[in-house]
Amino acid sequence: MHVNGLEVVTVSLELSGPDASRPYIEAARPEHPSLLDSEHRMDALFGVVNIPNVVWIDEDGMIVRPAEPGWPSARPELPSDLRASLPPVGRARTAPAVPERGPDPMALLRSGQSRDGYADAIRDWVARGAASEYALTPDEVVARSQPRSPDLSKGAAHFELANHLWRTGRRDLAVDHFNECHRLQPANWTYKRQAWSLVGNERVGGTYGRFVQGPLEGEEDSWPFASEFRSDTALVGEGEYYPKTM
Amino acid sequence: MIVDHLDLTRAEFFAGTGWEIKPEGACKADVCVPLDPGGGFDAPATAERLGMSIVADDPTGLWAFGPESLGNRTLVSAEAPELVLPDVDGREFHLSSLRGQKVVIVSWAPY
Repeated sequence: MHVNGLEVVTVSLELSGPDASRPYIEAARPEHPSLLDSEHRMDALFGVVNIPNVVWIDEDGMIVRPAEPGWPSARPELPSDLRASLPPVGRARTAPAVPERGPDPMALLRSGQSRDGYADAIRDWVARGAASEYALTPDEVVARSQPRSPDLSKGAAHFELANHLWRTGRRDLAVDHFNECHRLQPANWTYKRQAWSLVGNERVGGTYGRFVQGPLEGEEDSWPFASEFRSDTALVGEGEYYPKTM
Repeated sequence: MIVDHLDLTRAEFFAGTGWEIKPEGACKADVCVPLDPGGGFDAPATAERLGMSIVADDPTGLWAFGPESLGNRTLVSAEAPELVLPDVDGREFHLSSLRGQKVVIVSWAPY
């Protein structure tokens, strides 16, 4: 999105090195800072729990909208040939039984925050500042930020350890911390999808290996996580994946 | 914050958590949490006061300090924390360098 008077900063929540994010950044040819958040600091600092996510900050460094699902640009988020290039994915053995859904199980994931008006809301704020209906007061910003209980703090600590241990070659230990993190913060989708994508990418590789977020069919017994994308998202209700905040 | 020992200095605690230890207590933005008076700085006790979970990884002897949990919300203040991250070419970027402009931080992932 290019709006005079607005600086867009993108942040990639990816544990691996720059190469994982570079193709997408280069394809976008941005004129704005494109940052890498390998430790998911955006989760701990701002309350990001899913992507895409947007935080609005005014000229004085005050947050006027806390981390929320957002679609600042009209570009499609996923590559068009993605679905066709992924192998069949099974279910984790320890995943809960999931209800039968209709012909489009992903439809519920698209419910919740309205995508169409999001960019216009940003433009309204850029034009009108604090007078915009979309700009929240400091008290509202704090009150509407994500919950943070001691258990959620613990989940974030487990994620940080998992992250560190994975990158330093102790993957066995990392998996235990990822699983504990997911148990403590079940509503944090980036913590889950980051972990699943690491193993999916190792086993499938290629351009879209990271989008394989579950065991390949036939390899369910060697999947190290308690659940995976298909099973967990099958339990998501209307408006729960991208909660409506605007 | 990942550490291999728990007897952190005030400076280390601030660098890792963003909470500065002042006479009035542990402070971040416009929020200060009083600490027990007397003695030196006790990182685990301070973390407990801030609702920061400390998780151990016994095999490696590492600990991680989780983020604060005060008021049951992620944010204790609407003041944006400093965010320092590398860009794709490895250059360090400070969110505070954009002070004076409206900013949207857009989080995404290659998965």
